[in-house]
Amino acid sequence: MVLVFYVVPAILTVTMALTNMDYRFQWNFIGLGNFRRMFNDFLLPGILRVTLLYVIGTLGIFNVTFGLILALVTTSVGERIGRFFRALWLLPRFTPPVVYGMIWLWILDPTKHGLLNSVRVAMGLRPVDWILNYPLGVIIIANGIIGASFGMLIFTAAIQSIPQELHWAARVDGAGLLQDIRYITLPQIRWPILFVTAYQTLSLLTSYEYILIITQGGPYFASTVWSLYAYKLCFGGYYAPYQFGYGSAMALILVGIGLIAAVTYWRVFRFRRMMAEPLIEV
Amino acid sequence: MGRSTRRLRAGTVRWIRWQERVVKVLFYSFLFITALPLIVGYLWLFSNSFSETLIYSLIPERLTLKNWSFLWRPPSPYYPSLWRTFGNTLVLALGMVVTVVGISTPAAYALSRMKFPGRFGLLAGTLILHSFPGITLLISLYYVLRTLGLLNNVIGVFLVKAGLMMPFAIWVMKGFFDSIPWDVECAALVDGATRFQTWYKVMLPQVKPGIGAVSVFAFLSGWSEYIYVITFVQDKRSWTLSSYVNSIIGDYRFLDYGLLAATGLFYMLPVLLFFLFAQKYLLRVSIGGTKGGR
Repeated sequence: MVLVFYVVPAILTVTMALTNMDYRFQWNFIGLGNFRRMFNDFLLPGILRVTLLYVIGTLGIFNVTFGLILALVTTSVGERIGRFFRALWLLPRFTPPVVYGMIWLWILDPTKHGLLNSVRVAMGLRPVDWILNYPLGVIIIANGIIGASFGMLIFTAAIQSIPQELHWAARVDGAGLLQDIRYITLPQIRWPILFVTAYQTLSLLTSYEYILIITQGGPYFASTVWSLYAYKLCFGGYYAPYQFGYGSAMALILVGIGLIAAVTYWRVFRFRRMMAEPLIEV
Repeated sequence: MGRSTRRLRAGTVRWIRWQERVVKVLFYSFLFITALPLIVGYLWLFSNSFSETLIYSLIPERLTLKNWSFLWRPPSPYYPSLWRTFGNTLVLALGMVVTVVGISTPAAYALSRMKFPGRFGLLAGTLILHSFPGITLLISLYYVLRTLGLLNNVIGVFLVKAGLMMPFAIWVMKGFFDSIPWDVECAALVDGATRFQTWYKVMLPQVKPGIGAVSVFAFLSGWSEYIYVITFVQDKRSWTLSSYVNSIIGDYRFLDYGLLAATGLFYMLPVLLFFLFAQKYLLRVSIGGTKGGR
């Protein structure tokens, strides 16, 4: 089954990338035509920029930094309260994407009925169309809130596996809570931090579900990341639907980047050690 | 000299205590403030689904069950019956559970207990395949399903999803098998059990928590699926709740937030139940489940 739904599609993707298949599903091989077309695609530079900002922004602000802060804070406060807040942050990950997206659509509603705008109206300001004005910020925050919990879980597990004796020793030597975190905890979780960075880079490159629901990649293409563009090329409706060949080629580039990244991380950070870290579906 | 150091120490200790208290207060307020948007968001789902109008779009004003009328009457003739949709979603989720658990348990056992050359490769493969899913396979999967005649069919969706989840599930289950000592299995074999009997009667009961965890995960991922459903299923009779809520958003977004919230909450209900009562399974997969694999 893995063969039918994993390996075969993988091979098909490669083959399809060499055709100009459309809604008629005919195999017309055009060699590297799709890749040549990419150089002339006037939308691509913008999409590349959005993708980079999106991945770096989400990863840097939320998935690693905020995840780490959450893990540190929830392990430093009482056990029960810590667990409660971890559960709360995990909730969006298990919420059906449509429902999560719906909550965001309400928060960002351009009329006065949305959460943010009702606050603005209460303060005497005019409502703002958030998605229109800050498309990139919206997708980074919406994805980041979900992404943060991954880092949080892994860091928490790592922090809790640090022997208590180390903390006691530090306290006896006169370290405060913050010094304890800085000199004992952080150095001990170096590997998990690298692991989360590596793993989440790959996840973010291929994730577009929430973007599709919340902004649909718009306005125009302002929040369309690479993977979403490939999706739109094939199933996107009005713009240029059913370009399966070109879409596959776009997807293939993504796979290429993913593979290169994976191999690089492997080499540089000795992935063999990281492989022992927990893996979670994202 | 001796006295002054003692005083100094007492002062330092007090200062550290004080600092610690301040830091704790800061931590608590940080946790609360950052979580506020989450709390508000989910609160809104509740309050809005049961009320006619909202003050500051959050506090319910007049309580009503009107928003929930979609349970027995579709919001417009265009919509399929809710319970049919509900049934489809259930088939998708349960289909995932059966396929994933059914295949991953024996496969993980083989990986855990039998020597074979590609073991490290498989673990590495999981990570590399991680860069494949989503969009990359979606296009060709569309083609595969079309060829197999499984488009517009929930069965096609759960087969695809189960296939994609398999490496992950096998990996987690392997962790659980790894944590069982060899001696247990040896004892069973010495007593004359066959390899299959050992697996079925001795090993399986021991990895029950793992099976539970993988089932919960498979169920939730099938239940919540969005992209594959939206892409592969257009026929209204095969809709799942994802497509239902999606088109509610499309049709009633600015008109009727009450309806939006009610359908969203209805869709989320099983997830909430799992979250409240099966949380230990969810956390076990992410932390405990793989600890055995270390």
